[in-house]
Amino acid sequence: MTARVIAIAWALGLFVVHAAMAAPICAPGQPEMPSMFLPRSEPAEIILDITWLVTGICAVIFVIMEGLIIWAIIRYRQRRSEADGSEPPQVYGSNPIELAWTVIPLLIVFILFLVSARGIFEIDKQEPPPGSLEVTVVGHRWWWEFDYGELGFVTANELHVPLTKDGEAQSVFLTLESADVLHSFWVPQLAGKKDVVPGRVNHLWLKPRQMGTYVGQCAEYCGNQHANMLITVYVHSEEDFDKWVANQQRDAVEDAAVADGRDIFMRTACINCHTIRGTVADGTFAPDLTHLMSRNVLGAGAAANTPDRLREWVWDPQNIKPGCDMPSMKLSHDDTDRICAYLETLK
Amino acid sequence: MTAAPETPRLLANAPALSKLHQWVVTVDHKKLGLMYIMSGLVFFIIGGLEAVMMRWQLAWSDMGVLMPDEFNRLFTMHGTTMVFFVGMPILLGSANYLVPLMIGTRDMAFPRLNAFGFWLFLLGGLLLYFSYFGGQGLYGMGSAPDVGWFAYAPLTERTFSRGHSTDYWILGLLVSGFGSIATGINLVATTLCMRCKGMSLMKMPLFVWIMLIDAILIVIAMPPLAASQVMLLFDRSLGAHFFDVQGGGSAVLWQNLFWFFGHPEVYILILPAFAFVSEIIPVFCRKVIFGYPLMVAATVAIGFISMGVWVHHMFSVGLSPAVNTAFMASTMLIAVPTGIKMFNWVATMYGGRIRLHTPMLFSIGFLVQFLFGGLTGIMLAVVPFDWQVSDSYFVVGHFHYVLFGGLVFTIFAAIFYWFPKASGKMLSEKLGKWQFWLLLIGFNLTFGPMHVSGMLGMPRRIYTYHADRGWEFWNLLTSIGVIFQVLAVAFFAYNVIRSLRKGKPAGDDPWDAWTLEWSTTSPPPAWNYDVDPEVRSRRPLWDKKHPEDPDWKYE
Repeated sequence: MTARVIAIAWALGLFVVHAAMAAPICAPGQPEMPSMFLPRSEPAEIILDITWLVTGICAVIFVIMEGLIIWAIIRYRQRRSEADGSEPPQVYGSNPIELAWTVIPLLIVFILFLVSARGIFEIDKQEPPPGSLEVTVVGHRWWWEFDYGELGFVTANELHVPLTKDGEAQSVFLTLESADVLHSFWVPQLAGKKDVVPGRVNHLWLKPRQMGTYVGQCAEYCGNQHANMLITVYVHSEEDFDKWVANQQRDAVEDAAVADGRDIFMRTACINCHTIRGTVADGTFAPDLTHLMSRNVLGAGAAANTPDRLREWVWDPQNIKPGCDMPSMKLSHDDTDRICAYLETLK
Repeated sequence: MTAAPETPRLLANAPALSKLHQWVVTVDHKKLGLMYIMSGLVFFIIGGLEAVMMRWQLAWSDMGVLMPDEFNRLFTMHGTTMVFFVGMPILLGSANYLVPLMIGTRDMAFPRLNAFGFWLFLLGGLLLYFSYFGGQGLYGMGSAPDVGWFAYAPLTERTFSRGHSTDYWILGLLVSGFGSIATGINLVATTLCMRCKGMSLMKMPLFVWIMLIDAILIVIAMPPLAASQVMLLFDRSLGAHFFDVQGGGSAVLWQNLFWFFGHPEVYILILPAFAFVSEIIPVFCRKVIFGYPLMVAATVAIGFISMGVWVHHMFSVGLSPAVNTAFMASTMLIAVPTGIKMFNWVATMYGGRIRLHTPMLFSIGFLVQFLFGGLTGIMLAVVPFDWQVSDSYFVVGHFHYVLFGGLVFTIFAAIFYWFPKASGKMLSEKLGKWQFWLLLIGFNLTFGPMHVSGMLGMPRRIYTYHADRGWEFWNLLTSIGVIFQVLAVAFFAYNVIRSLRKGKPAGDDPWDAWTLEWSTTSPPPAWNYDVDPEVRSRRPLWDKKHPEDPDWKYE
């Protein structure tokens, strides 16, 4: 009786585990969820194919072994009639059987090894594939710098990449560097992660197939605000990408209506850390603000880039992202409003 | 053990004090073993409470229970505590208690070194926790360390970790690490030199074999950790640049050094689980262990291969594809001897007469959950898959299935199995079964969904996540599971306290078992055996109980 209860409980437990594993795959996926099961880029697709294979093999082994264990418990549970002090036959081992369960796992592992090794060499590119867009990614505590190199501008936290003219996948080749500690660049729908290691140059290959917005974040613990070091990747049509690039290449807008806000910014320590191209502000410790309003988030994803949140941020970033390097500048309310008015013109 | 009721009031405290004194100055392997295990259990409660606070914070998106720095300290302390101050002392303690009994000797080879090792361990643990009070350093920077339990450079450099908290982390591990090395050497010497008459190496109980390999791994793996801790101390205090990238050091060097210790360490922690179930499963199935020589060979193989797999913690570092491929091969290879063990345990159950007492229930829990953790381990060995889920909650789920679903379940199995020997009292089966089912449900509810949230893109060690990520459901399940686990541990604590006071007397051999420790009294006298035992097979008590059909005829 108890045996049956236990068996049913086990079966239920297994069912829950399996359902839990399967649910996110079956659920109509929110496209925004950074799930490795919704690949939108070639390396992520290759990884998912390998994942199905290894998961399949492991699932079969799991079910067989669990079945054997449960069956053994039910079949060989001590019966009341056997509780007489007598012992079952003692079996010390069996060479052929033991040889079998040494060799068969070896073969399975060998097959897995071959498939995975091919995947490694396919994905881990050391040289940019021909025609790639090349971007240098610099990890900072706690934000991302994206340097578009030959295109001539630097931006932060939001990476924009194109498809080809025909809407085909286009390779993007990232060069990963760190300004301080370890970070890791991870956007699950586009590729596996690659660590960002100080004193070392790493590369990561993406090949997005589909327009859209893909999110990810730093995946190597890097200190206090590791959780708010988010990444957004926008995959555009070539046309939209060119428009975006053309805007980013321009110097900052100079709007006479907010001249006083600009003056306060330029007189304050803001310029020690931030760059606004076309002005005296040329600091490089913090995100480039030349086109701040072209971005959707503040503080590497700690808050949405809305006028309200921007003002809160300028007033005291520590309220939104406690521990981040930007201090409250102890500005008056008026000055804060003026600086924000200026920042809001930086489209 | 029990105090006479008519003890005069004035003297009532004196025996307690002298009893305490006996524990402090003892060199008896049994007392030291029990002190190891008890302090390990205390640290287990502390580390568990730290986890409870973290799960509260992560139960839903954008929670404000903890500040980011508080959260970061908690996961650092939780990981460090569970690995170095729960796993290590309980394994060293149980080896300490059981190995001399099982090989029929009176004590460890070096009893005073043994005591020294224990007190170093305890000092290390206290140093680590003292950081909560003394880690402030200049300008109030610090409190407990917040660098993660593997403390990746250069986050541990003075530039990024000010105050003394990281120094306490280093010193705590360094000091307790020396204790572990001492006890490791002691165990090797004891096993090799002090076996009773007739016990050749191939007649040792599997527990002793596995603990021998474990101790050898400790002796090999802990010194590199000590070396890297000293290098880090030099960096932080003497201006060296081993790991200081700006001064020409290498961040990857720390990873290599740490995991060169850290991967064998994982096997150091899981081998005792194998040791426990290799004793418990046969007794409760009433059958001799299936394929003893192959089990020994598999243990040795695991010991060897575990020294050469450490780069699988570093697949996403950007090492060359050739290096990654080679370490993928070694990592997959280790699945083979581990699989052999799994098959042999199940084969032991086959054809037996299984008695589902609490120790056996926990052992079955181990089989099922360790199988799951082992299989996700094979998945993680597949480098491309690892690139997706390494440093995500999938990994957190995986290693908790191995170390909690595996090791902690067998620790409970072992406590239920050997508690009668150590205390002379039985633990309550009824409370034990409550604890088992609560823990089984809670454990799977907590750590199963972690695999899902990891594959959905949730990295580990984040103190919060935003609502747009869609991870709430899985995190809520995880946090709900914690409630069951807390209840289970409460049942356990109550069971131990209650049984110590009024548990059923155990007798010498309550489980009708076969290894030597069950032939002496419960608890055993300080000298273990009145007469030095002599054995002719791996199951001396089987031979005694079945003189018509002894083991030595077949081995």
